[in-house]
Amino acid sequence: MLSRVANSLYWMSRYIERAENIARILDVNLQLLLDYRSLNDAQMREHWLPIIQTTGDRDAFVARYQSASTEAVAEFMVFASDNQNSLVSSVCQARENARMVRDQIAVETWVELNRLYLFVQSPQARQMWHDSPTDFFNEIKASSLQLIGLSYATHIHNEGWWFSQAGKFIERTDQTSRILDIRHHSLPARGLPQTVSQTDALGWTAIVRSCSAWDAYKSIYGGEVHPRHVAEFLLLNEDFPRSVRFCVGGLNDALRHISGVSEGRFSNDGEKLAGRLLAELQFSTVEEIFEYGLHDYLDQTQIKLNAIGDAMFKAYIFHAFLPGQDGEARVQQEEQQQQTAPQPGRCA
Amino acid sequence: MTLLAKSKPAGSLLADYNANGFFDEMFGRESDVLPHYEKLRGALSRLAAEEFAAKRHAVDIAFLRQGVTFNVYGDSRGAERIFPFDLVPRIIPAKEWELLERGLVQRITALNLFLHDIYHQQQIIKDGVIPAHYILSGKHFRREFVNFEVPKDIYIHVCGTDLIRNEKGEYMVLEDNGRCPSGVSYVLENRRAMKRAFHGMFESIGVQPVDHYPQELLRMLQYIAPPGVAYPRVVLLTPGACNSAYFEHTYLARQMGIEIVEGRDLFVQDEHVFMRTTKGLQPVHVIYRRLDDDFLDPTVFRRDSMLGVPGLIGAYRAGNVSLANSIGTGIADDKVIYYFVPRMIEYYLDQKPIIPNVPTYLASEEADLKYILANLDRLVVKAANESGGYGMLMGPKASSAEIEEFRNRVEADPRNYIAQPMISLSCHPTFVEGGFEGRHIDLRPFILYGEKPVIVPGGLTRVALRKGSLVVNSSQGGGSKDTWVLYGDE
Repeated sequence: MLSRVANSLYWMSRYIERAENIARILDVNLQLLLDYRSLNDAQMREHWLPIIQTTGDRDAFVARYQSASTEAVAEFMVFASDNQNSLVSSVCQARENARMVRDQIAVETWVELNRLYLFVQSPQARQMWHDSPTDFFNEIKASSLQLIGLSYATHIHNEGWWFSQAGKFIERTDQTSRILDIRHHSLPARGLPQTVSQTDALGWTAIVRSCSAWDAYKSIYGGEVHPRHVAEFLLLNEDFPRSVRFCVGGLNDALRHISGVSEGRFSNDGEKLAGRLLAELQFSTVEEIFEYGLHDYLDQTQIKLNAIGDAMFKAYIFHAFLPGQDGEARVQQEEQQQQTAPQPGRCA
Repeated sequence: MTLLAKSKPAGSLLADYNANGFFDEMFGRESDVLPHYEKLRGALSRLAAEEFAAKRHAVDIAFLRQGVTFNVYGDSRGAERIFPFDLVPRIIPAKEWELLERGLVQRITALNLFLHDIYHQQQIIKDGVIPAHYILSGKHFRREFVNFEVPKDIYIHVCGTDLIRNEKGEYMVLEDNGRCPSGVSYVLENRRAMKRAFHGMFESIGVQPVDHYPQELLRMLQYIAPPGVAYPRVVLLTPGACNSAYFEHTYLARQMGIEIVEGRDLFVQDEHVFMRTTKGLQPVHVIYRRLDDDFLDPTVFRRDSMLGVPGLIGAYRAGNVSLANSIGTGIADDKVIYYFVPRMIEYYLDQKPIIPNVPTYLASEEADLKYILANLDRLVVKAANESGGYGMLMGPKASSAEIEEFRNRVEADPRNYIAQPMISLSCHPTFVEGGFEGRHIDLRPFILYGEKPVIVPGGLTRVALRKGSLVVNSSQGGGSKDTWVLYGDE
């Protein structure tokens, strides 16, 4: 398939997954706030800044807002169109990528994604957020899950589909690792924490819930929440579909379907690095990870994910993107007179 | 007004309908409904106006959700709008359509013979039918392609010819669009929307289908493939997602099951065209290009083009890739050349034109120029190479400042202006504010020229939604209607 198309399918899935993750993490942490007594400014910052950092935007937020009020955080992470990692921006970018490959995706998928796009930009979306944030976030999550389901159940599982799977899994791996990192400031640099306070336990519970993992977690570890278990579950569990190991397995699988190269071999750096990361996750224990330092380990994992993404780009996509394609090309695209009724418009 | 509408069924609202002296598609020049509209009126009379409004709203929402939209110029959020759609269909009886079909086939045949001639022997010039300077000064005449053999001798593969009806109901050709005519996706989507909204009507009225257009288009594209290629790969070349017609490009590509490519997806090596895929380079044989000549190849035409493919023209010249439409067809769209189409028909085919042109004056002919300048306030003046309702003066509706501006323009560059009398386009009942009112319309059928000319019955009916307006372009308040060609005459 066209390299450019593969790239768009990959990013479309990534952005949908990103939007869903933002919805989940904000929903859980807004609810968590209800469990605390009124927090002062410093405590609010302590609560929200690590969460904002899950999209890597802590500095941008601090530069823009005086205090980390719930309204400011929501505005920044949900609605701000000039924050390219906001929920609305993610939906817009998913939709823009889909628009570029309209011919490649099923009508149902397009209609749902377009509906989501129209919804998040409508006044009703803000109203809904205002009336009931949970309803709003459920709407986003439901739409994302519907898109994933439509893709799984109605799209032919061809090369393009595997590119979208790769995008979904790499994004989900990244998000889970970032969510798991939220409470790293409460951990010692090396080794396991001695005690877990009531507040910490609530925080770790929120992490598990942010990954929609609460029921699954309880079924394995019972009701006791300990960072050791949480990290083991979200990093190393083989069967939970949002754990890092599961997602890297999915990514590895997608890469092998794309190239047709069997397990245990590789034909490009992307496959090599994905296989290596998977093996490492398969053959590690959570004690070793804490010994290394959870925060450092997650940092390294994110660096490895980026390397896999870059290698994929080089192997499959790179040659379709020559330098200097942006501003001037857009003007020329608009300039092309199509002899018809609808007249030239301008891209967002 | 709205209250009235709610209390009356839609059909009885038509009883008060008044075409205001224009030729009306549904009523002709009388107050009795024409036979081919009888069944539609019957069906509409069983609907209340509010039901009609609800159906219309549902269709609008569906179009928006499906992204059947075009971009709005200058909107920083990139808002997309739907092309307004009116649910009252325009109906053409079979016999009338047969005549139009013959007229359009005659015209496309003559235009292709003309293009082949002026890019080869130029016999029509030598015989004095068209003065040489009109061709040679044409903005879109590509002298580089004189004596170049295009596949199967076809130049215009896809043509959108705009037809209007005058106050007597006579059809006339307003213009030919032989470069990148667009709008056919609306023909197909409008029909789908109508089938959802009024599925019962289709069976009882008997409407000829249009949905085979993409297959016919693909068949034509495969037909022009370079000789010797057993399984030609056809692609659609789009300027990109920012183009106003991008929806149509993706729509047609999906319906044909072909790849939609941008210039950067293609690559030329040894005069062969390839596309860049995840599995390396794959050969391409036929390109349905929705990109103007100027942008196709930066090594030949516009050097700053970022949308084209370096080396594409070389591959085309070598006969390794076919283009639809061919390069250089723009000369046939030139409104000065339009003036000569009836003469071409007589010259090449020895026939009388079946569908006449609108009477036209050429500003570069001295007598005509004199007449034009003396009657600017009564004429429609058009630039020779503009479309979409731009570069145009509607004399009777223009201010004196606008008229003076055009006087200067015409005097400065007479080669590039023509003038026509203002034609009172036919009217059609159109749903507005809870009732039906007459609005002016035109018709763009799409003609495919492959092994033989094929025209999908009907076309895009555009409607000027603003009261009294004669401009059907969407940039100026235009919308569209579904066009029904009947199996019979009533």
